[in-house]
Amino acid sequence: MAGAAFVDQLKAKFGENIVGANLENIDPWIEVSPAGLINVCRHLRDEPSLAFDYLNCISGVDYLHTDEKKAAKAEWQPHTEVVYHLFSMKHKHSLVLKVILPRWKNDKPGELPELPSVSGLWSTADWHEREVYDLSGVFFNGHPNLRRILCPEDWVGHPLRKDYEMPLEYHGIRGR
Amino acid sequence: MSTTVEDPRIIEFDVRTDEMLVNMGPQHPSTHGVLRLVLRTDGEVVSEVVPHIGYLHRCAEKIGENLTPRQWIPYTDRMDYLAGMNMNLGWSLTVEKLMNYRVPERGRHLRVLIAELNRVASHLVGMGAYGLDLGTFSPFLYAFREREKILDLFEAACGARLTYSYLTPGGATADLPRGWLQKCEEFLDQFMPIIEEYHALLTTNAIFVKRTASIGVLSPELAIDFGTSGPVLRGSGIDHDMRRDGEEIYTSMYEGYAFEVICQRSGHYPHDHDYPPVPHEAVLGDCWHRFYVRMLEVVQSVDLCRQAIDRYSTSTGSYGEPMKLMQKLPKGECYLETECPKGQMGFYLVSSGESIPWRARARSSSFCNLSVTNALCRGCLIADVPAIVGSLDIVMGEIDR
Repeated sequence: MAGAAFVDQLKAKFGENIVGANLENIDPWIEVSPAGLINVCRHLRDEPSLAFDYLNCISGVDYLHTDEKKAAKAEWQPHTEVVYHLFSMKHKHSLVLKVILPRWKNDKPGELPELPSVSGLWSTADWHEREVYDLSGVFFNGHPNLRRILCPEDWVGHPLRKDYEMPLEYHGIRGR
Repeated sequence: MSTTVEDPRIIEFDVRTDEMLVNMGPQHPSTHGVLRLVLRTDGEVVSEVVPHIGYLHRCAEKIGENLTPRQWIPYTDRMDYLAGMNMNLGWSLTVEKLMNYRVPERGRHLRVLIAELNRVASHLVGMGAYGLDLGTFSPFLYAFREREKILDLFEAACGARLTYSYLTPGGATADLPRGWLQKCEEFLDQFMPIIEEYHALLTTNAIFVKRTASIGVLSPELAIDFGTSGPVLRGSGIDHDMRRDGEEIYTSMYEGYAFEVICQRSGHYPHDHDYPPVPHEAVLGDCWHRFYVRMLEVVQSVDLCRQAIDRYSTSTGSYGEPMKLMQKLPKGECYLETECPKGQMGFYLVSSGESIPWRARARSSSFCNLSVTNALCRGCLIADVPAIVGSLDIVMGEIDR
């Protein structure tokens, strides 16, 4: 589905909000800017020829080498990715969207990066965004109920971040 | 002071019940493991259901970032522990997709056979446990009697009864032992007539129909919006099955197999002439339909098993040797969903070119299926909540990972 022509078509419609694309990957993906995410998603869902009415999955991926030697060799700067896997029940085709965020908002450690919530477009996103918030530490603006979902509510940290350290103690239970 | 009432209707109007929060679980027998539901009720009527999950969270994804794909296989077993083979298969195919590797033909037929047999076992538990939720104990025993025989077959094939780790990236850990196919055929022959017993016990049971028909109706739009999958989606009349509509690497496994996606088309289900008709009280998308889709899928899977046995026994060559334990992965990322008994189980694998994945993500079908509970239970009676949650056939191990 996501050929070069398709990317050009989206670029013509959304301009700078389509930041890039990787068509060589096994599952080709399109990169969208955080600001344009909602409009692109609404278009993908509502345009009859696309009709991506089914959201499979939202995943958070953290890119950071905690090892200094590896970090020096890395081809990327530390960042966090949020990946959306979409599917169309009508046309039976799929699409991968990516949003690339800084690891911390304004580079201040502890302040979570922000992204608009797509839970208004697909209800699946409600729980999936809570999971990404919980485990990968991305804050979704406009989410109706952004609480932790798998970890306890008083848990500290976001476990799927690469620099996460297991707490020494949790309610009297030894952690490490 | 006397309390005289001029008009009794005034009192009736005046008596109001307060809203009350009722906690169901995490040890409630009808919540299928450690699921806690907080119900906001007005008398007997439920106005909101808030599921609290995470009691079985075992950091599977974090562990996946520290193990090679083959080492992570036992952890996938423990996600949907009632269908370990299907979980193994999903992850194995994802790794094979990334490596652009295709299992030899014999291995593919072996996988179809094992996966479909596990689907039968999982649906039997789903059926039996659903009976338990609704207060009838015997179907559970009948279901486990047959499931036990499937577990015996699995034990003969790989040595484990629940957490198999049998299908691995590359193929399977071992070929089927000698005489196994014959035993499997004997089981299928003996099992087919028994399915009618289940229908007599539950499907046509008047009490069962009363408890499930037109309860918890899930509209097709809502089903898609919430990302439900598997029998929950097909129970709402949506013709979608990953075995037919999935990606090439998965559908090629089922190439040449004759099967029809189980969902209602113009008022009829495939094979429904052999089995009880849809009761007139039932509405498409209700608990009864979800249950019925599962029961018909059992028949379908038995049929697929038979076809797989034929193909497997006539095919030659290797069944597919497992990949090396520390096999280096190519750089890249891929996502693959497979049709598991509970729904579409997806795995997302990001590789940085080492033998250990950068990120291993599991998209759980029960997770999405459970998220629809609040929408389904709004306005129903408290007694219907177990009927609705049970009809989704969730496994907490898969939701919490």
